[in-house]
Amino acid sequence: MSVMENILREGSAKTPAVNFDSASGVLELKGRSIPENSVEFYKPLNDWIDNYGVNPKDKTIVDIKLEYFNTSSSKCILDLFKKLESLKTKGAEVLVNWYFEEDDEDMEEAGEDYQAIIKLPFKMIEVEEI
Amino acid sequence: MSLKRIFKLYKAMEMEDIILSFNGIVTADFLDSVLHLMETKMQTLDESSKRKKKVFNVLVECIQNLYHHIEDDLILKVKTKKETRNALIIVVKNEEGFLIQTGNYIERELALELEERLIKINSLDRVQLRDYYQNILINGSVSDKGTAGLGMIDIARKSGNKLEYEFLDIDENHCFFSLNVKID
Repeated sequence: MSVMENILREGSAKTPAVNFDSASGVLELKGRSIPENSVEFYKPLNDWIDNYGVNPKDKTIVDIKLEYFNTSSSKCILDLFKKLESLKTKGAEVLVNWYFEEDDEDMEEAGEDYQAIIKLPFKMIEVEEI
Repeated sequence: MSLKRIFKLYKAMEMEDIILSFNGIVTADFLDSVLHLMETKMQTLDESSKRKKKVFNVLVECIQNLYHHIEDDLILKVKTKKETRNALIIVVKNEEGFLIQTGNYIERELALELEERLIKINSLDRVQLRDYYQNILINGSVSDKGTAGLGMIDIARKSGNKLEYEFLDIDENHCFFSLNVKID
């Protein structure tokens, strides 16, 4: 089995930090996501999940630690979740941890929006600071 | 502008509690600068992080709306002989909260579509707005520019208030669109 390359990217003023690790099965997005055109940013991430899905870990943990995201990102994030959802057909378990900051109802609701659409277990986790 | 007018303008902006204003062509670079500026400014304000985030978020969405929807080929000169790609962005902070105001020229055809969407958005309550958002999120497609048709819905959701707007007739093909978003 060939080893997949991981994605490790630092966050910027408009894009989140990315840490997708195929060996541990932990995928993390952290920071803010407000690029003008999110497709460019998210396409490599979604492609990575396609490759990862060929031979996924038994358990995949998705940590979403976003401060906020724009509507251009929201569609891309949905696509990302859809790809993760499809891992289930391979018998893999996928768990989403949705982090949001204390009192941040907007981000809590955003997580619930995805939870309502995507058939994956979501755990809503309130933290003091992301 | 005469020197006296500078003071008048300064006083007028002070009266209106304007903490940030910009009038010019909205480019990607401009977007970066204004967001950075606003972030720095917000840090000095005695505000909850929740509200700061809301204001910042709505501002991002408003500016990106302007950025995406002011077409490059709309450099048609309207009656005013000014650049139609220009946009006005104002942030007001007063006792009631924040106001984010934008103004830009828009083609009449697009204005009609936009007005329809705004009427629909303003007719919905919080829960309906959320359903509408989810519906567009699931069924809408993303354009080449990366827009998903969710901008105004998101702005309305985050604001929690009805969106105030006006379309002024400029000439037979153009309107001037003013938007007022309240965050209290």
